[in-house]
Amino acid sequence: MALARVQLPARAKRGEAIEVRIAIQHPMETGFRFDLMGKAIPKNVIHSLRVRYNGAEVFAAEMGSGVAANPYLQFYTVAEASGEFVFEWVDDDGNRGSERASITVVP
Amino acid sequence: MGDGFPIRVYLRLSAVALSVFACAAFSAEPQKPAPLKSGIEFSSDDVRKLQADDFANPGMLWVARGEKLWREPAGAGGQACAACHGDAAKSMKGVAARYPRVDVSAGRLVNLAGRVNICRERNQKAAVFKEESDELLGLTAYVAHQSRGLPVAVSVEPQARKNFERGRELYGTRIGQMNLACTHCHDSNWGKQLLGETISQGHGNAYPAYRLGWQAAGSLARRIRACFFGLRAEMPAYGAQELLDLELYLAVRGNGLPVETPGVRR
Repeated sequence: MALARVQLPARAKRGEAIEVRIAIQHPMETGFRFDLMGKAIPKNVIHSLRVRYNGAEVFAAEMGSGVAANPYLQFYTVAEASGEFVFEWVDDDGNRGSERASITVVP
Repeated sequence: MGDGFPIRVYLRLSAVALSVFACAAFSAEPQKPAPLKSGIEFSSDDVRKLQADDFANPGMLWVARGEKLWREPAGAGGQACAACHGDAAKSMKGVAARYPRVDVSAGRLVNLAGRVNICRERNQKAAVFKEESDELLGLTAYVAHQSRGLPVAVSVEPQARKNFERGRELYGTRIGQMNLACTHCHDSNWGKQLLGETISQGHGNAYPAYRLGWQAAGSLARRIRACFFGLRAEMPAYGAQELLDLELYLAVRGNGLPVETPGVRR
């Protein structure tokens, strides 16, 4: 069960810089660990995260073994028009997750 | 005048004798560190900020999971927690602050996670959650989160006195290759450095909490097991009676501290 939380202001003025935050529950398995039987645990991290704002990509991240479990990311963008943010990510096992949040922009 | 005075003294003495007897029979007051300090007060600024930020706090992911489960129908009856308990913000407020306590129908001491599983088994007719599963931690954290900021107020019910006494005994018993008891760190030496760590007073008011070392949320039982491991003692299994007794003793010992769930610890 992929679980994530996103946060952005529900309303913003046009042209205003807004803070967007996302936290995803994920073990971010590094590939360097071994289980109790000594077998290597395969690497499984969210390697790519993309955020689109009304269809246009506004943020992308490529992550690797160095990122801690349950990654939390934050970025700023400019509020241009009312619409939707779509967050999509994929991990090494091919599991995809997505989350949506909408914003109302007032002039 | 000559007769009345000795009688009054006698009465007062017998009252003292009675109270001494009562104390010897049962004292619910554990030895408490003074002043009481939550574990967060021994943490670095970074950890404090992480705990205080309701979005960045990774423990909130478990709370969010619990909130989902709260509304999700489960078991043979297809009932969700919310079907009986309604809005958790109202119905569960202050509940976590009273656990561990005796569950009357089960006739034994249970902690909050145990109570969740009892409800699941008895009322929802669903399979119980596994110990330390994300589901159990999530639902427990969600319920406990509704009491955040309220003071821990656990009382030792008559049926739980034995549990409390055993908890107190274990707390003061030297264990493991290190040959230390809980009290040697958490009463005698809190606030001092143990390598890179500041020794806390050992309270459970933030649990289930997110520990950065675990990279996950975990229960108080898991944290106590980690202490056993550190002392190179045999770790009690999850759900062991010793852990529960110790949880009760710790809760009473930390009575008055605010519930912090989900806490963040290193």
